[in-house]
Amino acid sequence: MNLRGRIALTCALLSLATVTGIAPVPALAETTLKVVMHSDLKIVDPIWTTAYIVRNHGYMVYDTLFAMDAKGEIRPQMVDKYEVSRDNLTYTMTLRDGLVWHDGKPVTAEDCVASIKRWAAKDSMGQKMMGFVKELQVVNSRTFKITLNEPTGLVLGALGKPSSNVPFMMPKRVADTDPNTQISDFTGSGPFIFRKEDWKPGDKAVYVKFAQYKPRPEPPSGLAGGKVVKVDRIEWKWIPDAQTAINALLAGEVDYLESPPHDLYPVLKQDANVKLVNGNPLGNQFTFRFNTLHKPFDNPKVRQAVFYAFSQEGFLKAVIGDPTWYKTCRSFYPCGSPLVTTKGMEGLLESNFEKARALLKEAGYDGTPIVLMQSTDLGVLTNLAPVAKDLMEKAGFKVDMQSMDWQTLVARRAKKEPPAAGGWHAFLTSWVSADILNPVMMGFMNSSCDKAMFGWPCDKEIESLRDQFARETNLAKQKAIAEAVQVRETLYPTHIPLGQWYGALAARKNIDGMIEAPVTVFWNVEKKGR
Amino acid sequence: MLGYVVRRVLATIPVMAVVAVVVFLLLRLTSGDPAAIIAGDNATSQDVEAIRTQLGLDRPIVQQFGIWIGNVLRGDFGESFFFKKTVAELIKERLEPTLALSVCTIVLAVLVAIPLGVLAAWKRGTWIDRVVMGFSVLGFSVPVFVTGYVLIYFFAIQLSWLPVQGYQHLQEGFGGFIERLILPSVTLAVIYVALIARITRTSVLEVINADYVRTARAKGLPELPVLLRHVLRNAAVPIVTVIGLGVALLIGGVVVTESVYAIPGLGRLTVDAVLARDYPTVQAVILLFSVVYVLINLLVDLTYTVLDPRIRY
Repeated sequence: MNLRGRIALTCALLSLATVTGIAPVPALAETTLKVVMHSDLKIVDPIWTTAYIVRNHGYMVYDTLFAMDAKGEIRPQMVDKYEVSRDNLTYTMTLRDGLVWHDGKPVTAEDCVASIKRWAAKDSMGQKMMGFVKELQVVNSRTFKITLNEPTGLVLGALGKPSSNVPFMMPKRVADTDPNTQISDFTGSGPFIFRKEDWKPGDKAVYVKFAQYKPRPEPPSGLAGGKVVKVDRIEWKWIPDAQTAINALLAGEVDYLESPPHDLYPVLKQDANVKLVNGNPLGNQFTFRFNTLHKPFDNPKVRQAVFYAFSQEGFLKAVIGDPTWYKTCRSFYPCGSPLVTTKGMEGLLESNFEKARALLKEAGYDGTPIVLMQSTDLGVLTNLAPVAKDLMEKAGFKVDMQSMDWQTLVARRAKKEPPAAGGWHAFLTSWVSADILNPVMMGFMNSSCDKAMFGWPCDKEIESLRDQFARETNLAKQKAIAEAVQVRETLYPTHIPLGQWYGALAARKNIDGMIEAPVTVFWNVEKKGR
Repeated sequence: MLGYVVRRVLATIPVMAVVAVVVFLLLRLTSGDPAAIIAGDNATSQDVEAIRTQLGLDRPIVQQFGIWIGNVLRGDFGESFFFKKTVAELIKERLEPTLALSVCTIVLAVLVAIPLGVLAAWKRGTWIDRVVMGFSVLGFSVPVFVTGYVLIYFFAIQLSWLPVQGYQHLQEGFGGFIERLILPSVTLAVIYVALIARITRTSVLEVINADYVRTARAKGLPELPVLLRHVLRNAAVPIVTVIGLGVALLIGGVVVTESVYAIPGLGRLTVDAVLARDYPTVQAVILLFSVVYVLINLLVDLTYTVLDPRIRY
């Protein structure tokens, strides 16, 4: 072929490549990690909502003053150093040098104070902490002071809270937004920049590496330590169908699935190019929630009967199946967390139907059908209610299990009307363990009547113990109080823990560096080859 | 004719009004609360109430309807409760994938089904007829998602010829665009091929032995022109009707196909919006679908006059 012919052939091939979209790969192509998360990102204000997907988005874009490490301890993150006064009434915090927002402006103490105020207006633990706060004061551009009315052990725990709502730091102009209004400026100081222009709800959300992010020098540990970004771009691709997501992973179209369903693990295990990793060693806890407003669950003895009738193994087997991914844990606090205890749980959760029946008789249960709400569209919850129904019926309850989608359940559980008038008696759900590490964090333990979460338990003793826990600064004493709360919970059950379960994330073999933490985060994750 | 078109277009107004009222009421009467969904699992009753107030859901239903319909008449479909975007923006973003999938499916279905139907009628009673009709029954019987998974397994996973999922916009390259449409279009087309092929066969059988066809053959015309000019033309009215119905029914099929292939189109938007009780989005999408239904029916009716000069409006 002569020169003219070669040029013509090259031009023809290039044109073909352009038309068919097959373009040559640039020599220094950026590394893109394609991830399928557990949900679509529709809302992008992690303070406005408690949805986990928005929390995960928050960890991409924003940074926190403190963070929880792999041992469950709170470590400084944006904070360089902090001092607590001898009387435990003043916390002085100084930010690390060189922290900047995504727009290049420096992070200031003023920004942090505004962010704490907006977060605390929405978050229950933040509200509890602010109950002790006398003043939040800016000392200089990098230092601020929290002055308390009385000592509390909550300050660091609240500011280093790992799960929703997380106290993410935002620029003052953003943090000044009314807490009940969504933000529209997504400037953060976290390791990734959110590409608003590429965000297509229902399709994908895109993040790029923030080149000016200054990681801490320590190695990553849990949500704390150095947040070193090792990919240029991350795409959260939304694939609603679990089977399609798995097919996409097997075909190498995506790199990482955050939460493939348990029943499809065998399919993933068969593929040599895919690995399953337990990224969250603390896992999750199944929970049975009572509505204490209406008969018969307004009587603690009837609730205790349920406690005696249940056993965790049945629930875990029915939903998770493979024992590798679950464990029984007879504690309100997650197994593996600092406050775990079996105190008060003797004889409970052993399917002791005789004891349950005796309690029902003693309580004068009149056969009122229990309206048990069953969520049918979330695989991880669907099988829980039938197990609960079976065990309760064996104990002598009449159970009216009503099936509905999760969103209907969410709306219905907010209703205080009697069960016969559209209300409810009980439902089952699952908590991320990081949300229930202590009696203050654990929303279902809140027993402040009308102010409590749906179910509205009302118990002065539990509330008094939760207050004592919040005031206590000594860890050993905090543990003793947590035990006392658990013992009280067995007499006045607000909910029942039904065991711990773990979910694997599935990734292609060339993906490495996943951090073990209660939240899926993407710093330290690297993609070898393409 | 023009008067007929004007009358039909005017008739859509009460249809749309009824659709608007029914959709609005249906959503409000369905259980579920967008405020509770937005607030998330850890929210308190107070948080939910604050969001409800912010969204205007604490107002009386009549007032909510008045505000919505007033805005719609001004061309404003409101803002999605969830997406922080206007509904018009959302629909605009999602229109292309659905339109591309629908057009590809219908073109594919028509190109395959009509020849198959004619062939089955022409070879009536032979093994060809039985194979085509057998396929037709199978096409009707197998759910769209099963067809989808089977095609993905063979062509995407085993053979790696085509991608498993996703959509590429046309402006990002024609190759990627068409590559990602092949499997979804084939999946969705199967049922329409079955439907159109059966109707084509039946319609062709009704005219294939007519006097004018016999005359055409007697004049010495080859078989192909006889089938195309004399048989198919006279059998076309029911075929066009079923294609029109197929386009309308496609909206239902698109919902499943878009989910299986992770195509961010209007079908997925509808499902997501219904599950999240995103009232403004559901209302706007249903109104849009209703307009499409009405227009397709009008188009089908007008096509009759072209295909059969005896039909006059």
